[in-house]
Amino acid sequence: MNDLLVANSVSKNFGNFRALNKVSIAVPHGSIFGLLGPNGAGKTTLIRIINQITMPDEGSVLLDGENLKPIHIRDIGYLPEERGLYKSMKVGEQCLYLAQLKGLSKSEAKNRLKYWFDKLEIGDWWNKKIQELSKGQAQKIQFVVTVLHKPKLLIFDEPFSGFDPINANLIKDEILQLREEGATVIFSTHRMESVEELCDHIALIHKSNKILDGKLTDIKRQFKTNTFEVGLQSLNKEKVLSEIQNTFEVLPATFKNLNDDIKLNVKINENTSSNDLLSFLTSKAEVHHFVEVIPSASDIFIQTVKNN
Amino acid sequence: MNHLPLIIKREYLTKVKNKSFIVMTFLSPLIMIALIAVVAYLSQLNNDKMRTISILDETGYLDDVFQNTENTTYTSLNGLNFEDALTLVKEKEDYGLLHIAAVDSLSVFGDNVKFYSEESPSTSIMLGLERRIEKRLRDKKLQDNGVTSEQIEAAKTSIDIIQESFDGEKSSKVDNVVKLIFGGIAGYLLFMFIIIYGNMIMRSIIEEKTSRIIEIIISSVKPIQLMMGKIIGTSLAGVTQFAIWVILGGVLMTVVSVILGIDMTQASAPQQELMDQAMQAEGFQGMMEDGFTAVSNLPLTNLVIAFIFFFVGGYLLYSSLYAAIGAAVDNETDTQQFMLPILMPLILAVYVGVFTVIDDPHGTVSTVFSFIPFTSPVVMLMRIPFGVPPWQQVISLLLLIGTFMFTVWFAAKIYRVGILMYGKKPTYKELFKWLKY
Repeated sequence: MNDLLVANSVSKNFGNFRALNKVSIAVPHGSIFGLLGPNGAGKTTLIRIINQITMPDEGSVLLDGENLKPIHIRDIGYLPEERGLYKSMKVGEQCLYLAQLKGLSKSEAKNRLKYWFDKLEIGDWWNKKIQELSKGQAQKIQFVVTVLHKPKLLIFDEPFSGFDPINANLIKDEILQLREEGATVIFSTHRMESVEELCDHIALIHKSNKILDGKLTDIKRQFKTNTFEVGLQSLNKEKVLSEIQNTFEVLPATFKNLNDDIKLNVKINENTSSNDLLSFLTSKAEVHHFVEVIPSASDIFIQTVKNN
Repeated sequence: MNHLPLIIKREYLTKVKNKSFIVMTFLSPLIMIALIAVVAYLSQLNNDKMRTISILDETGYLDDVFQNTENTTYTSLNGLNFEDALTLVKEKEDYGLLHIAAVDSLSVFGDNVKFYSEESPSTSIMLGLERRIEKRLRDKKLQDNGVTSEQIEAAKTSIDIIQESFDGEKSSKVDNVVKLIFGGIAGYLLFMFIIIYGNMIMRSIIEEKTSRIIEIIISSVKPIQLMMGKIIGTSLAGVTQFAIWVILGGVLMTVVSVILGIDMTQASAPQQELMDQAMQAEGFQGMMEDGFTAVSNLPLTNLVIAFIFFFVGGYLLYSSLYAAIGAAVDNETDTQQFMLPILMPLILAVYVGVFTVIDDPHGTVSTVFSFIPFTSPVVMLMRIPFGVPPWQQVISLLLLIGTFMFTVWFAAKIYRVGILMYGKKPTYKELFKWLKY
C-alpha cells in the first residue's frame, strides 16, 4: 500500500452543475501533492470531499486503504482557502478549542501549543484577541491549528496567501519539515513557482475533470519538446545562423546571458541526440550557453488547460 | 466523536462573557424599573392633582349629584348665565365646565349636557360624570312614574354568579383574570424569548460565516452538531440572562418601592377611579382572597410541565429556522426577506392568544391554532390555565415535536450548504435546490 489517499472516480453534482466528474487521484505516502486547476475547476469541492465536509455522489475515497469515516477527521489537517478565526476570542482559548475539536485532550493541546508558539516566536500572543492581530499573524495561528494534532495528511489551500515573503518562507520550511517527519501534503495553489519548488506529484483538474496527473518529473519529461537554448559567439554571424537554420528548426530565444551574439531556441527531432547538436554547434562557433528547455509547471498548466 | 458539549460550552461562555451581553443583562432591569418608577411617579402626581369642575345646571335636576371627592371639587355656578360662567371658569383655570342647558322634557335631556375644557378631558372623569347623571335621571324618571325612592333603593340587586364546574370545582371571575395573566405571561415570554435569542443565534452564525472560521470548524465537526451546539449554548445563555433579569428586577422593584415609597401598581393608574369603584363594589379584601384561591385553583402541575415542554419545543422549532436563515445569508441586512415568514406565525399566535383565547378559550379558532405547530406553543400556553384535556395537549405536543424534527432537518440541510456559500443573496428557489444537494 503505497498511497495514503486514493480517490476512485469521485463525482459530485450541485443541482444541474457537475462539479466533479469521475475524478481519481492517488497521493503517495510522504509526497507533496499539488492539486492544480483554474478557478472554479472543482479543486475545493474535491478537498471538501476528502475532509468529509461534503459527501460525493459517486465514487469512494480511501485513507490508508479504509473508506473515509468520521474517525479519520483526526488524521487530516485542513487549512482552507477561506479561513478565519473567531475575532473576539483570545488566541490561546481559540487554539485550545479548535485542538479539542480535533480530539486532543486539553493538557496535550496546551503542551503542543507551547511548542509551536515558541517555535514561531508568537508566545506573547496567547492572551491577545484575534482582532488585535494582523492578517499574517492570524494566518500563523491558523497554520499552527492545522498541524497541531499531527495529522497524517495535511491539506493546504493557498497556504501562502497573505504572508510576506519572510513568513511565507518560514511556513514553507515548516511544511517541508513536516514532510520529513512523515506527513503527506496536499497542496492547492495558483502560485506555480511554489508548485515547482515543493511538489513532487501533481494533478490538474479542469472543468470538473482530471486532465493530467503523475510525478512532476515524469510529466515534465512528457511535455519536453527537445528544444535547447543556445548562445553562440562567432565573427561571421549570418553564415552561422543560416547554416543552423538549414539543419534544425530554430525559434527566437529570450534568455539572458553576458554575450549577445546569437541567441536561439533549437529544436531537434527524436533521432538526433543533444550531443549531435552540440558537436554541430562547436564546429561552427564558440558555445557559451547550452541548456535543455524544461517546461515549467506554469507552461504545462497553461498548455494543458488551453488544449482542453 | 461527540463535540456537542464542547461547542455548547464555547457558545455559552462566549455569549456570557460578551461585553454588550453583560451590559444588557444588568442594565435592562435597571432601565425597566426606572421607566416603571417614572410612570408610577407621574401617574401618582396625576392622581394627586386637585381638579375643580364647575357645574352650571339650568334644569335644577342635578342638585346634590356631585359630591366632592379626594381629588375633585365640584363648584356650582347656578344662577350665572352661560357666557359669564365660561369666562369665570377660564379665569379660575378650572378643569372644565359642565353645562346642562334648560330643557322642556326629560327625553331630550341627554342632548343638552356639554363639557367645556381647555384640553380634551380624561375618559375616566367623563365616564364618572355620565354615570352619575344617568343614575339621577333614571331615578327621576321612575319617580315621575310614581315609584318612591325607597322602592328604587329596594329594587337594587347585585348578582355575583357562583361558577362551578361539573366536577364541583368552584371558580370566579377573578379566576379568569388570573388564568389570563398566567397564560398571557407564559405565551408572551415565549414570544419574547424566541425573538431575542433566535436573533442572537442568527447573528452568531452570520459572524462565523463572515469571519470565515466556518470551514475550519466544519472540517472537524458535523454541521448539525455545530448548529445544535449553537442553539443550545445560546439558549442557556438566554436562560441565564432571563433568570438574572427576573431576580434583579424583583430586588430592584422592592428596593425602589421601599425607598421612594412609590406604589408600582399605580403605574396603570389612569383608570384608577373606575378601579376604585369596581373594588368598592366587591370589596378589595374579597378580591385579594379570590385572587389567591384562583392561583391555587390553577392546574399548576400541568401548567409547569406544559410550560417546559411547549416552551422548549416552540423555541427550538423557531431557533432552528433562525439558524437556517443565518446560514443562508452573508450579512444581517439580507435577513429581512426571510424574517417575515418566521415572524408572521409568531405574531398571529400572539394575536389569536390575546383576542380569541380570552374570549373563548375552547372555541374553534383557539383550539385549531393550539394544534398548528407554529402557533401552538404560544396559543396552547395561553389556553392551558383554562384547563385543556390532556389528550389535546399530548397531540399538540407530538405535532410540535414532529414539526420540530422536520425543521431541524430542513435547517440542517440549508445550514450545511449555506455556511459554505459566500457572496450572493440566495432566493427561495435556490434554498429549495439546496435541500437536494
